[in-house]
Amino acid sequence: MLIKKPDDIQPSEITPESVYLERRKFIRNALYAGAAGTLALTVPGLVTGKEQTPPGTAELAPLGKLVKSPYSAKEELTPFEDVTTYNNFYEFGTDKSDPSEYSGRFKPRPWSIAVEGECANPGVFNLEDFIKPHKLEERIYRLRCVEAWSMVIPWVGIPLGAVLKRFEPNSNAKYVAFTTVFRPAEMPGQKRSVLEWPYVEGLRIDEAMHPLTILAVGLYGKVLPNQNGAPIRLVVPWKYGFKGIKSIVKIAFTRNQPPTTWNISAPSEYGFYSNVNPEVDHPRWSQHRERRIGEFRKRETLMFNGYAEQVASLYSGMDLAKNF
Amino acid sequence: MTAVKKSVFVLSLVPFAVLIFNAVTDNLGTNPIEAIRLFTGDWTLYFLLLTLAVTPARRMFHWNELIRYRRMLGLYAFFYANLHFFSYLILDQFFDWQEIWKDVLKRPYITIGTAAFVLLIPLALTSTNNMMKRLGKNWKRLHSLIYITGTLGILHFLWLVKADVRKPLLLGAVLITLLVLRLPYLNVKNLVPGYLKNGRDPVRVD
Repeated sequence: MLIKKPDDIQPSEITPESVYLERRKFIRNALYAGAAGTLALTVPGLVTGKEQTPPGTAELAPLGKLVKSPYSAKEELTPFEDVTTYNNFYEFGTDKSDPSEYSGRFKPRPWSIAVEGECANPGVFNLEDFIKPHKLEERIYRLRCVEAWSMVIPWVGIPLGAVLKRFEPNSNAKYVAFTTVFRPAEMPGQKRSVLEWPYVEGLRIDEAMHPLTILAVGLYGKVLPNQNGAPIRLVVPWKYGFKGIKSIVKIAFTRNQPPTTWNISAPSEYGFYSNVNPEVDHPRWSQHRERRIGEFRKRETLMFNGYAEQVASLYSGMDLAKNF
Repeated sequence: MTAVKKSVFVLSLVPFAVLIFNAVTDNLGTNPIEAIRLFTGDWTLYFLLLTLAVTPARRMFHWNELIRYRRMLGLYAFFYANLHFFSYLILDQFFDWQEIWKDVLKRPYITIGTAAFVLLIPLALTSTNNMMKRLGKNWKRLHSLIYITGTLGILHFLWLVKADVRKPLLLGAVLITLLVLRLPYLNVKNLVPGYLKNGRDPVRVD
């Protein structure tokens, strides 16, 4: 398979996280000073104020030296604060702010992952052993949500393909199925059956082996916050965000296409592939354009979220309107 | 205007003030345009339901004074509906007419949302005392359009959520309750003998 590499990104082009936070803080303080003085006095209890650091992100350990990846996008990063407070993670609630607000009780360590199915080396591994053989890479990827908004996130992760090869999948392994942890005591959203729990996702084996596909264990150079899918999650940048299953406890090699949660919930709206595709609308809304978080005007959505050069060949000859 | 009426007027502006305040203080979250759209949509529905609650509440609690606030509540529903509609038109789509037209034609929830909004316009325009007099009996007939707007508004909400339908269903239940309370056999006029001696609603316009 020929994988074309996009232009490298200069580390100097990335605005450090601290600068982003400072900028936002500055703007916020300036506005507060003006407006809060006048209105807050007249309407008590109105000012909730934003916290200086998003909940659950104050004590995240840095991940040390990271390998820069040629696959990284050369785009302005979405601020850390937005990446960690605007999340779809229904296990903690269906509002975007729920995951950051209600994931405090979640314990991502110790953690183990079961590897099962059509492979030579199945087993249960603790997280550290699972990650250890690989070098952590920084991957700056666009994230396109099926709800037509997008972000640019500097993930820290390991290529899923390299991980899967260690378990020596056999020739029957046509798909890879993933399962999220089920802990209603720590994940309040799981107490209600908005979706069928536990969350499950899947990829075709060639999608899973593709060098763009990673298992993320961090973002912005630090350990992954609970609200973003701690301790380990899938990131498939050319697919809609919901394919990126979070807090993974099981990986299985399967012969048949595995069930996926949103497809079970609404089969006509969410397909197995769920590749970002501006030409194939969600039945209820257009996928033509998207709002990049922080921007006012919408921008055009790109085929395969701008990764067509690398992944279009995976789907040659397939009717993408049918296999949405 | 009475003091009570003034208070209702000012109270109804509180959600708008909160929205403006949060906007100037950068407190609308990561996706401010979405936040504005959801907030104004919610308050449109709340005011529609409040407007529809006036008649049953008046009858159930024998509280005729309530009628004085119905027009104002209805106009506030229209006010928040405008904020909602124009936040879509301007903030969300930024006058991209082609995209908007496609949305209206192809997206059922946007189609019915637009219809619900359009149906509110004649009601707002004919809300004056003068128009009430001029339209006579037809005024009431025209204004029964609010039942359709309320229903379409709830459907619009129900249709756009991804999986968590609790809130639209709750508002839908409130709407159904308010409509059922209007059924003739539940009407207090029939339950309480001599409640209305002249057999007419004590409509008072001021």
